[in-house]
Amino acid sequence: MQKQKRLGLLAKQKAAGWGFLMPAALLIFIMSFYPMVQAFITSFKTGSAAKLQWAEPITYNYSRMFQDSVFKTAMGNTFLYLIIQVPIMLVLAILLAQLLNNKDLKLRGLFRTLIFLPCATSLVSYALIFKTLFANEGLINSFLKGLGIIKENVNWLGQADTAKAVIIIALLWRWTGYNMVFFLAGLQNIEYSVYEAANIDGANGWKTFWHVTVPLLRPVIVMTGIMSINGTLQLFDESVNLTNGGPSNSTITMSHYIYNNAFVGKANFGYTSALAFIVFILVAVLAYINLRVGDTRD
Amino acid sequence: MTNRAAERKPAVSHIQRKLIPSYIFLTIVSFLSVFPLYWMFTAATNTSLEVAQGKIWFGTNLIENYKTLLATDNLWQAMGNSFFYAIVQTIAALLVCSLAGYGFELYHDKGKDKLFAILLLAMMVPQVATLIPLFTMVSRLKLLNTVWAFIIPGISTPFLIMMFRQNSRNFPIDTMEASRIDGLSELGIFFRMYFPMMKSTYAAAAVITFMGAWNSYMWPRTVMKGNSVKTMPMLIANMSNGYAVDYGTLMLGVLFASLPTILIFFILQKQFAEGITGSVK
Repeated sequence: MQKQKRLGLLAKQKAAGWGFLMPAALLIFIMSFYPMVQAFITSFKTGSAAKLQWAEPITYNYSRMFQDSVFKTAMGNTFLYLIIQVPIMLVLAILLAQLLNNKDLKLRGLFRTLIFLPCATSLVSYALIFKTLFANEGLINSFLKGLGIIKENVNWLGQADTAKAVIIIALLWRWTGYNMVFFLAGLQNIEYSVYEAANIDGANGWKTFWHVTVPLLRPVIVMTGIMSINGTLQLFDESVNLTNGGPSNSTITMSHYIYNNAFVGKANFGYTSALAFIVFILVAVLAYINLRVGDTRD
Repeated sequence: MTNRAAERKPAVSHIQRKLIPSYIFLTIVSFLSVFPLYWMFTAATNTSLEVAQGKIWFGTNLIENYKTLLATDNLWQAMGNSFFYAIVQTIAALLVCSLAGYGFELYHDKGKDKLFAILLLAMMVPQVATLIPLFTMVSRLKLLNTVWAFIIPGISTPFLIMMFRQNSRNFPIDTMEASRIDGLSELGIFFRMYFPMMKSTYAAAAVITFMGAWNSYMWPRTVMKGNSVKTMPMLIANMSNGYAVDYGTLMLGVLFASLPTILIFFILQKQFAEGITGSVK
């Protein structure tokens, strides 16, 4: 009798546990996994949104991608941002965290706050701030003319190369401090004695940095790496609001191009879904590689 | 030991001297970090022409810019919308995700751990991939242009669930047992014991969720089409699309769109930093 009552209580607790996590779990299934499956199915269909039918041949949308020069450009741009911006940002973030982790440094709190500040601005806001700064008649041009570095206004956002550079600069501005906070948190877990030992062994600043700090920060580097890859592959707000993908699609990102296919002009849900699925695979594969590379424990 | 103590005093200035390059570098980076925002503030007080001429000091055109902004856009409606949606999303997300984190950690068993691992995969799902199915779903449910459309994809996120789960480890099992003996129901324990004890986690989660919701752009732009349901990011994005952009007015709009998050940043910086790194520990 006693035992049965106890069992009843345990079952009740178990049910309560499931009850607590069910709303969240169901929402994730309905809002993430189910749409993902739907997108996968839709990626094999063609036609307008109202009457989708199976593509002929079934992989039509996927083979179409290889002829789509704008998508190729978008992919190239996204990878360019990834390859140039992410490494610079992470190295800079580690370096800043390392400098700020020095107990002898004064005004640490102030420096930290100021460098962290850019991520308080919304993505659309900072995109518009940079758009205005780099406008044809913007502050950057006036400043450079004032210094005599340039004679005529540079059309920063009107030329492919400089427009890409502006996007990269803007991304660095917005995200370096954000990543620095992760490294600061990671550095605080490293015992100060490790550095003292390295000092006694006669290692200089750079040596300590490369041989002590970086290996100990590896888990944080992997995590920020995955987050940055994920974020870069999904860049949207900057492409839309800073350059609007231009001039003539030379700065457009994958997410921006996909969005345009779905909601700007005539909606092509089948092809859009195929493109979106490629982004999903890229995110997954790159995250996996990053995990494997970062996980080379001896 | 005594020798070391004696040497320490002159060593201080020596250490500071060695740090001079650090100070210079950090000052430059700090300046570059702050300048665009400082400039946003000044530009909001200048005429479009002054902004274009590169004026970097405060001007006298703030009232004019404000009038122009009010004349062309429904600023306060968009501010109200942004606040309303962001607050509703924050409350809903905190409730749903903290319940889940609590359930996953304190009632954990093999089945729940497996489910948790599966839910984490949702972090890999790109927003743009779910956009069309979600849009179709929301429009079939006739929820377009409602607060539900805005919040529904953001109520349950793996990130928040993980954050609450990690922090639930600090919640003592003994408290649960004691509360059960005192006759509290399982849900009662959550609201009476867990919630007050986890206040700092809730604060951190609230800060990042509010900021994320306030700043979100791609999804609201897709489902909030009506003029009266526009949010601040959409309002300022539209402002910059005209042919003759009034820079002073635009920067005032950007200022309004940024001010709430900047204020939260300065007041709750600790919680914000805890929030973004929240699930890392």
